[in-house]
Amino acid sequence: MAAIISIQDLAKTYEGGFEALKGVSLEIEEGEILALLGPNGAGKTTLISIICGLVSPSSGSVSVGGHDILHAYRAAREMIGLVPQEITIEPFEKVINTVRFSRGLFGKRRDDAHIEKVLRALSLWDKRDSRNRELSGGMKRRVLIAKALSHEPRVLFLDEPTAGVDVTLRREMWELVRQLRAEGVTIILTTHYIEEAEEMADRIGVIDHGRLLLVEEKAKLLHQLGRKELVLELTEPLPELPSPLEGFELQRSEDGMRLVYEFDAHAESTGMTRLLGAVAEAKLSLKDLTTQQSSLEDVFLTLVEEGRTGK
Amino acid sequence: MNWQAVLSIYRYEMNRTFRTLAQSIVSPVLSTVLYFVVFGTAIGQRIDTVDGIPYGAFIVPGLVMLTLLQQSVTNASFGIYFPKFIGTIYELLSAPISFIEIVIGYVGAAATKALMIAAIILITSTFFVDLTIAHPVFMIMFLVLTSVSFALMGFIIGIWAGNFEQLQLIPLLVITPLVFLGGAFYSITMLPPGWQAVSLFNPVVYLISGFRWSFFGLADVPVGLSILAISVFLAACLTAIWWIFRSGWRIKP
Ligand SMILES: Nc1ncnc2c1ncn2[C@@H]1O[C@H](COP(=O)(O)OP(=O)(O)OP(=O)(O)O)[C@@H](O)[C@H]1O
Ligand SMILES: [Mg+2]
Repeated sequence: MAAIISIQDLAKTYEGGFEALKGVSLEIEEGEILALLGPNGAGKTTLISIICGLVSPSSGSVSVGGHDILHAYRAAREMIGLVPQEITIEPFEKVINTVRFSRGLFGKRRDDAHIEKVLRALSLWDKRDSRNRELSGGMKRRVLIAKALSHEPRVLFLDEPTAGVDVTLRREMWELVRQLRAEGVTIILTTHYIEEAEEMADRIGVIDHGRLLLVEEKAKLLHQLGRKELVLELTEPLPELPSPLEGFELQRSEDGMRLVYEFDAHAESTGMTRLLGAVAEAKLSLKDLTTQQSSLEDVFLTLVEEGRTGK
Repeated sequence: MNWQAVLSIYRYEMNRTFRTLAQSIVSPVLSTVLYFVVFGTAIGQRIDTVDGIPYGAFIVPGLVMLTLLQQSVTNASFGIYFPKFIGTIYELLSAPISFIEIVIGYVGAAATKALMIAAIILITSTFFVDLTIAHPVFMIMFLVLTSVSFALMGFIIGIWAGNFEQLQLIPLLVITPLVFLGGAFYSITMLPPGWQAVSLFNPVVYLISGFRWSFFGLADVPVGLSILAISVFLAACLTAIWWIFRSGWRIKP
């Protein structure tokens, strides 16, 4: 698949000298759902804001659909719909007028049928004549989504779409996102929730401290997650690996009290039976035996930790 | 040009105006009536005519200008400050539009509203005095040029302002005094020579003089100079706005 967004060495230093992005390069493929995962202040919003034209980049380049975001900003922005992280909405205007306004800003002719479709999809049709300030927080967020969809974008940015949204609504939103993807819309969403990334994304990117630490197919990540560890606690320290245990790629702890065996839980043969046989043959005496599974959360935390310590 | 966007901004802004139309009109009309009562009636009994024009009629162009300037500046500054304040400016910045289109939309709407109110005041004043307009085409030209250039200035103020106090500071501290000292209620030829010279540094003098000329054919300064002055001001505002958007000053981090 071809890249619809191409980001090259993008960096941003805010006035005052804070480096929010430190050289991010990323290709986003057409039609995929990419989840950007990262702790507070990682630079997710900054990245999105640069692509959408809200923040000027300090260096590097971005193109959307082959159009440079600075030199061909019109063509680039026409393709993009943005749902910002903060709820920002004109309080005194009617819902339907705010949504129509967004469409107009993007240079599209008024199309009441499309606006109706969008409002219905977001369960806002009944509220179309309400003033924005009369809506609940979750409804306001949906109005922001409706605004972003009003001009039929090919790329949709959702900056923490489900913050402050109840469970039912969250399900509905995910449903909508899937439906949009089925229509060919590329979706980039940011989130703090790993389950959300897991549930929605085709690929997952992890950002921290202005660096992209990893971008990986979700399936691959989950495969890595399928890895389990068998930990053997020994009653006596083991100075070196006895010969029956060679060939198992065991990790021995420094004090020699612990052996760790890594295996793929989904694999046909985990090699565990053989290992236990070998343990018996080597006449090791065991104190405890545990297995551990790393979660996406572990992977994420490890990555962020490694990023921080500069590994 | 993305005219669809310009039209959308313009309509949206006009919509906002019409939502609060009653307030927008009542207060300028009321203050104009008060000016007529105070200046026209009280002072008018002492000053009969200025340059052969009845005092009541003489102050009409100044009154219209006063309101036009205030309205143009406040409408435009509020118009752009509000989205900046509540954050909806993100939409303007992420839309496929250039600053020219944003400015035409906002400034156009602000100027339109100011012109509507100026027209209402002009009509109100005909209930108090007899008015003849010597050069209607020039009158309209002065009204349009003035409202547009001061709306541009208001737009700049709206972008510059960091809070509501600053938003009101310039209209209150600069515009109103300049208009009062700019010959709205007197001819600067009535001043002693020293003050006349000082007045010539007040840009509003040229506006009011030219505008008054379009009514009565009489001016404090040559009409050509008035047109030149307002054109220079317009160009200065346009340059400032061009720079603001190019550099992202106060709108784009
Ligand atoms: N306008 C600004 N001026 C200066 N620093 C800024 C500005 N906007 C953001 N920052 C800083 O840049 C860093 C990244 O912010 P950003 O909003 O991109 O983070 P984020 O990943 O979206 O975080 P969150 O998950 O909390 O939304 C933060 O440290 C923030 O303080
Ligand atoms: Mg953010």
